[in-house]
Order: sequence, then C-alpha cells, then structure tokens
Amino acid sequence: MANKLIVAPAPHVQSSQSTTSIMRDVVIALMPALVVSVVVFGWSVLCVTAISVLACVAFEYLIQKFVVRGPLTICNWSAVVTGVLLAFNLPASIPWWIVVIGAFVAIVVAKMTFGGLGKNPFNPALVGRVFLLIAYPVQMTDFPMPANGNFDALSGATPLAAVKFGASADVLGVQELLLGNMPGSLGEVAALALLCGFVYLLWRKVITWHIPVTIFATMAIFALIVALSRGVEGNALWQFPLFHLLAGGAMLGAIFMATDYSTSPMTIKGGVIFAVGIGVITMLIRLWGAYPEGMSFAILIMNSCVPLINKYVKPTRFGVK
Amino acid sequence: MKTFPIGGVHPSENKLSCAKPIEVLPLPEVVNIPLAQHIGAPAVAKVAKGDKVLTGQLIAEAGSFMSANIHSPISGTVTAVDAQPNGQGLRQVMITIKREGDEWVDTIDRSKELIRECNLSAQEIIAKIKDAGIVGMGGATFPTHVKLSIPAGKKAEALIINGVECEPYLTSDHRTMLERGEELLVGVTILMKAIDVKQAYIGIENNKPDAIAHLRNLIVQNGYTGIEVTPLKVRYPQGGEKQLIAAVTGRQVPPPPALPIDVGAVVCNASTTVAVYEAVQKNKPLIERVVTATGKGMKSPKNLLTRMGTPILSLLEAAGGLPEDAGKIINGGPMMGRAMVNLESPVTKGCSGITVMSGNDAVRREPSQCIKCAKCVSACPMGLEPYYLAKMARKKGWDELEAQMITSCIECGCCQSSCPAYLPLLDWVRLGKQTVMGIIRSRAAAAAPKK
Amino acid sequence: MEVLIYTILTLCVLGVLSAVILYFVAQKFRVEEDPRIDEVEKMLPGANCGGCGFAGCRGMADALVKNDDISSLFCPVGGSECMKAVATYLGKAAAEKEPQVATIRCGGTCEKRPRINQFDGAKSCAVASALYIGETGCAFGCLGFGDCEVACAFDAIHINPATGLPEVDVDKCTACGACVKACPKMIIELRKKWSKNRAVYVSCVSKDKGAAVMKACKAGCIGCGKCAKVCAFGAITVENNVAYIDPQKCKLCRKCVNECPTGAIKLVGMDPLPKEPKTPAAPKTTPVEAASKNSEPVAENK
Repeated sequence: MANKLIVAPAPHVQSSQSTTSIMRDVVIALMPALVVSVVVFGWSVLCVTAISVLACVAFEYLIQKFVVRGPLTICNWSAVVTGVLLAFNLPASIPWWIVVIGAFVAIVVAKMTFGGLGKNPFNPALVGRVFLLIAYPVQMTDFPMPANGNFDALSGATPLAAVKFGASADVLGVQELLLGNMPGSLGEVAALALLCGFVYLLWRKVITWHIPVTIFATMAIFALIVALSRGVEGNALWQFPLFHLLAGGAMLGAIFMATDYSTSPMTIKGGVIFAVGIGVITMLIRLWGAYPEGMSFAILIMNSCVPLINKYVKPTRFGVK
Repeated sequence: MKTFPIGGVHPSENKLSCAKPIEVLPLPEVVNIPLAQHIGAPAVAKVAKGDKVLTGQLIAEAGSFMSANIHSPISGTVTAVDAQPNGQGLRQVMITIKREGDEWVDTIDRSKELIRECNLSAQEIIAKIKDAGIVGMGGATFPTHVKLSIPAGKKAEALIINGVECEPYLTSDHRTMLERGEELLVGVTILMKAIDVKQAYIGIENNKPDAIAHLRNLIVQNGYTGIEVTPLKVRYPQGGEKQLIAAVTGRQVPPPPALPIDVGAVVCNASTTVAVYEAVQKNKPLIERVVTATGKGMKSPKNLLTRMGTPILSLLEAAGGLPEDAGKIINGGPMMGRAMVNLESPVTKGCSGITVMSGNDAVRREPSQCIKCAKCVSACPMGLEPYYLAKMARKKGWDELEAQMITSCIECGCCQSSCPAYLPLLDWVRLGKQTVMGIIRSRAAAAAPKK
Repeated sequence: MEVLIYTILTLCVLGVLSAVILYFVAQKFRVEEDPRIDEVEKMLPGANCGGCGFAGCRGMADALVKNDDISSLFCPVGGSECMKAVATYLGKAAAEKEPQVATIRCGGTCEKRPRINQFDGAKSCAVASALYIGETGCAFGCLGFGDCEVACAFDAIHINPATGLPEVDVDKCTACGACVKACPKMIIELRKKWSKNRAVYVSCVSKDKGAAVMKACKAGCIGCGKCAKVCAFGAITVENNVAYIDPQKCKLCRKCVNECPTGAIKLVGMDPLPKEPKTPAAPKTTPVEAASKNSEPVAENK
C-alpha cells in the first residue's frame, strides 16, 4: 500500500451514468430522425444541423471563456443537444444566419443568463425557435417540399397548417405521417424515427415514460372529445386523434423537449400535471389559436409553471398517508 | 415478487465471497474492546489493568437500559483501559486484553449439539439476551433486549427476520443462513416466544436462492409452524428496517418518532437471531461474529468467524493482504459502511464486513453541477427530495429541512449513488439531518422542564 | 363621441373602484410598527451578518427599540460607537465592549502536521468532522476545508493554501462571530483587539496528552505548563492538557513566547524578547519583580 488511505462519507458507489453519457444518449436518440430528415429533405438538413450545433457550442464556449468565468462545460454535450433540437425545429430551407441568431438566443439568452445547464427555466431550443418564429415568420414557415414528395394539395404547408386552413384531417395517411413524407421542420417529420429514439432513451434509463405518454394520452383524449362533439363518426373518429399525435411537433416535443431535465418537474406526479397541461394547451392552440402548431408554446408555458409544481407537488413520502 | 413501495436502486452486487464457507480466524494476540459499540449509553468497565479474564466473562456492564453488556472474547490479562483511536481515528475508551490461551467461562455450553427445547418464559429469554450483550448485528447495533421489550399498550403481530443483506459485497448473513440454518430457526422460535407472536417471516432477496431453498427445507423437515420464508426482489435498501417491513407486510412505518412496533412489527437480523439462539440455549455471550473480508482487489475474499476486538488488519491479511492499489477500506459495505483510517482498530459487534476498494473505485469522480434530472428523487426510498435537501443543508435552512421531513432520511445513499453529476448529496443531507435532529432535541429539552 | 364618454367613464369608475378596494385592503393588512425601528435600522451597519444573534439588522433594530434594557444587545460590526449612537437616539444605556478580532487557535500547518490520509467527501469541515478525525493525526486541529471562509460575510478570513490554515484579515474582521459558529472544531476565538494588531495567544486547542500531540503535530501545545509558570500576571491557565492565555489579564509581556518548547504560543505584531542565554540566571527574577519590570512594556490601546 503505497498511497494515503482515502476517506469519504458513505456511499462509496457512484452512478454508471454521467451528465455526459446522458446528453450523448439524447443525441444518439435523435439520430434516426436526422437520417429520415436527410432522406426526405436532402443534404441541406445536415448543413442546418451542423451550423446550429457549431453555433451553440461556440456561444457556450465564448460565454464561459469571457463572461461567466468557470469550469468549461461544453464537453458534457449539453450544447450539442440544444443545437440538434434547435435545428430540428427549423425548416430545411432556412438561411444560415437565422440559425446562428436562433443559437444565440437559445444558448446566451435562454441558458447561460440563468446560470447554464440545470438552471435554465425554459427549454433553450424552444426559446430559440419561438424567438425566430416571431422575428422571422416568413422564413420560419416556408417549408420545402419533401424531395420525393408526391402530393400537390399541400403545396408547402405543413399538414397541421393545411388542416387549420380548411383541409380535412385525413389528407395525409398514417403511413406518410409515420415515415415523414410531408413538409415540416427537420425533426418533426418522421414520427416513427422519433419513437425509435424514445425507446432508446427508455432503454438507457435517460427518461421515464410518464411525461411523453401523458402528453400523448391527453392530446388523444382531447381530440377524441372534440371529434365526438363535432359529430365525427366512423373511421374519422380515430383518425382525428391519431393525426394530432403524429403531425407537427407533438412527438418531438413530447419525447425530447418536454422531458428536458431542468425545465420539467422533479416528481412523477408533478410531471404528469405538467404533461396534461402541455397536451391541453397544445390542442387549444392547434384547434382555436392563431398558429397551426402549439407544442412549443405549450411547453414554454408549462415550463414557467415548473417551479410552482416543484414547490407544491411533493413525492409520496414513505409512511405518510 | 415482493419489495418495498418507493425508490431504491440496484447497485452491482459483487458478492465475491458468497460461495466461501465460513472459516475460523486464528485467535488474536491482543484485542481492543470499545465500551461504546452499540447505540445508547456506553458500557461501564468492570475490569481494571492487571485483571485476569476468561473467554466469555463480563468485562463491561450496560450503562443504562439502552445499552449492552460486553464480554471478553479471549482469556488473558487486561493491560489497559484507556482512550485509543477507533477506525475513524477518534479516541474512544477501550479495554485492551493480552491473550493467554483460550479458557472459557464454564457455564458456556461449547458443544455443537442442537438444543431445540426452550422452556423459559418471555421475561427469562429477554433477560438472557440482555445478559449476553446482544445488539443488532446488521450494522445498526441497536440493543436487542430493548427491541424485544414491547412498550405497554403496543402489541407485536409479526416477527421479521432480516436475511436480506442488500449491501453489495457482504455475504456474512448469507453464509450464516446456509451453514447455521438449524440454529437460526430455533432462534426464530425463541424470539417469537419472547415477543409473543404466532407468525414470523424470514425476508431473503432472491439473489440467494440457495438460502431460501435451504431454510424452506428445514422448516418443512422439522415441522415448524408459523415461520415463512419470504423471497424478495433484489433492490437496495431492502435490508433497511422500514423497507423490509413494508416489503414483507405492506405496512409503512410512519415518520419519526414512530417505531416499527407501531405497525406491529419487530425486525431482527439473521446473524443476531443465531446469536440469540447461542445466548439462550448455550449461555454464550456475543463474543464472536462472521465478518466478510472482501473487495475486488483482494486475493481471496472470505467469510471469517472472528472474535470481537480483533484488529481489522488481521482479517485483511487472512483474505490475502491489501492489494497494491488499495485506496479505501470500509467498515461495512460500500453503500453505508464507514471508511477507516486506522487498520489497527477492532472488529466490533456491528461489523458485518470489511470492503476494500481499490484503484478508481476508491476515488470519487469530480462533481459537476446539478442537472435536475430527478434521479435522486425517484431513487429515494423515503420519498424525499435529496437535491433540495442537500441545497438547503448547504444554505443552513434548518426550518425548511425539518418541514421537508429530513429526519425521515435513513442515510441509505441511494440518492448519491444514482447522481449522474456525482454530487455529494448525502454528505450534505446527513449534515442537515444531524443538525435538525439536534435542534429538535434541544427544543424538546427546553420544553420539558416547563411541564 | 358617445364611445369616448363611455370609455372615460368606465376607466374612471374602474380607477375609483380599485382605489377603494386598495384602501380597505391596506387598512385591513396594515402592520403597526414603531417608526423608530426604521431609524435604528439605518444607524446599524446593514451587514445582516447575524453577529448580534438576530437574523439581520432589522431584527436587531426591533429588539433595540422594544427592550428597555439593551445592555445585553451588541452589534459587533458597528462596535461601541454605533451602539452609543443608537442608545443616545433611544435614550437608553448602551452596552460597551472593547473591539475584538477572530483568532485562529491552530498552528498545525501542512509542514508541522503531516496529512496522513486524503478526504474525498464534500469539501466542508462540518461534513469531515462528523465523519472522522480529519486528514491529520490531530482530532482537535483545523480541518482546512474552509467553513469559516464560507461563513464570513466580510471577506476577512481565507484559507492559505500553503499552510492549509485560515488567516484573518484583521482590518476587515468585524468580530461578528460567524466563523466561530461555523468552525466545528471550535478553534476560532474572538479575542481582545490590541492596538497595532498586536497579539499573544496559544495557537492550539488539543486536549490530547503531550505524547499524542507530539506524534500528530510539531506545533501543538503539550500542556507542559512552562508558560503558566513564567507568567507574572496569572493570565495563563493549563487545563485539559492545553494552555490558555486570558486576554483580559495578559499584558503582552511576551515572556511565555520564549518558554514554549513547541512554539505553540504565537506572537503577532511584535518582535520576540531577546532569547536569554540558557544560564541559571533565569529563575532569579521572582514573579513580583517580573511584574514590576514588565507591567508597562506595552501600553494598552485605550
């Protein structure tokens, strides 16, 4: 025994997961959707994603180097996750400088001003996206057609926008929605690929199923009630909820954005309340709001309720009835 | 498969010595016996320097009801009764005895013969257990006679024998159940008589199928009634008293100051039950125990029947000596054991194992910032919020900590061992809990004289 | 036109309604408070350090106004002057205390007190001391993880990485006592502050016996009592194997400093007395003579 004995309080065992491994798993879980997106929209997808990731990492590095002095945290992949998620919320045809502005808002305004990873109250990627949506509405809603698309009726509008402005919910088959053969943001087009990522995250124990599944259930029930109240019958009755689950950013938002650690509640009970709120607000915006898609707004609104939920929703204490 | 209701983790089991039969460690030349090796008041020394003692002779008497007798583990001469450093380097009064042979007190029955019959009354059984100085051998060292003395107005409904051994690495209870199953079951019947219950459960995690099968066989063969082996799903901290009661009976002990007896349960560790058998049927006090000496770097991890007071170092030597890269030596298992600085310190009644962590296992990884992943919240078996408690403990928010039930914390370490940011959560929570307990005690003391 | 009138009317009615509601709410929830509390709070330093025993200056101001006898209340930061001002304002008798300074009573530097193990837990003295003896062989000495540094609201105490011990910036220290409370080993003491920051004190609190102290630390007090014998003012007592210099009795004569075999008695702001040659001449001076010779070497600061 050559060295001094090491002494520390118990426990003497540490987790096999680390912040870095978790963030890397999220990036891996996003990869199937990226691949589908490249197939659907072409190589510009990679370009947008690369710019977004690089800009996010660069901004985080610069802030930590020159403004908030402290240990560098870019190695923990969290900026990469934000970058990929931001890119997934943008159309493939977006100019590069808008991506950089989005990355600036996401990292500098939404993340680092609050103290960085774990302290931001709002999902950085979504703040970036919503900022761009308000600042550059034209570029942000100009969705290119799928490279091998074969439906003219939609002419560049997302399925949700098409439905909002009059088309019926069965314009697109479930198959198209699952495989992403439609216009839309990079990451929201392929529900199936996102579900693969969900399974991967569950398997790697990065997230639990509660928040995504509750969001899906809330949206489905909400849509079903609306459909019933509108007197929809037969096949269309189940198509309407299914359409709302598969179209737009529901999958991407529920699986990857609503489950963001620092902007979601700490308890499972709180997470369920949070998820119900997201589901309801999303459907309200989609059906009666000014925008065709409400996922990002819904998540941001519920993000603002998280401190309150954390304060009042406590875990089930052992031995307390 | 039964288990406790909330939280818990499943650390790598690393039961390296589970197939190694219990070996008898050669007698030590010198033993140091601390007077405080149990919860409660320290024992009062009954011997002085120069006295001759026999193996099994009373050398220190319980200081109060909440205390335990201590007996000499060897025969020889008392060379000192003085403060000496314990495993943590802190000075504690110990009786030092130099060994001369191994001559036992003649009332102790040292034969291997199994005695099933016990015709003593409950009071007599408890008195014998008290005389033998038996304390909880799972690590908590709560005096067993105190646990068995059911307070007036309360009624025990079930006896639960803790054969869970959920700590990674440790196998002393496992081997005891396998090799001393007969004695264990007689011990169970004695304990059932002492607290007047008709039903006993032996909780064993299903990573010990051999122990489950063995005890079930013995129960059937000998026709024991009212004793049932309950297999439990492997999950730490199932061996915690409250978790075990919840796993076996489904009842949850309310937060402190409530005790297990409030839900009608009395829990006793498997090794302790064997010690009860020996005390009641053989008049043998608690002077030796099975200690697991283990660790990934150890040449031959072992289960050693060790006399109390034996230096830790001699156990490590028996298990193949310390490896070159040994970094941390833990008294107990890696989840709740205490790291030691003094290897000359003695084996005590609560020492179920010595775990050696070597290389990178011994060093904590660099902590980073909390990412609010809530893994600690879902891991906490008591339903607390460790991230928040740790933060408030750092900020000295004692009132808030009390409101958030920090006193319920059982210090199991699930939170810290599941933290991906490697934050020292339990270090702070433990500090907060100790401070809040102190505040509650002083408040009670201030309120008491007014009445 | 009609629209305009309606709009104006609606707004006016809304405004009046809100004003009425606000008025009643303000009446209902008004807190009666002595206006002097505000004034006294302004006179206090506003550091909110808790050195007075209250959570902040407001609590102290409240107590000062409400209690008739304020002699037990003292603001260590503002000192006697501040307390006098407050007392004059309130027409009460102020407590008076001589200035104090936090003093670190441990001399076990890395060099004098070797580290024999490595602490790997949360960097906090409270955490380490609840667990075990600490990184050295001394159970009483400074642990060096800087709880005092964290507790100090005045940036006056810092761990010196070279020695592993805290050092007090005498000019910044306000003697609020936060570090005294934070230190789990009770090493820090508030001692009388002499002029020009001079001080003599025993920099060790180890209650271990001499041999055990020597084994763990080369700078510890071994309780030999030589200092107590040489002190002409009865300022030094040896209890539990450790010497203590009473700052009220000490006259800074510095005789004890040269007597100490381990150098545990620290001298600050002064040169030590010239070492007398080791001749039998030393015991000749009786304590009385020593007192007359040395009672005036240093004028007190008042």
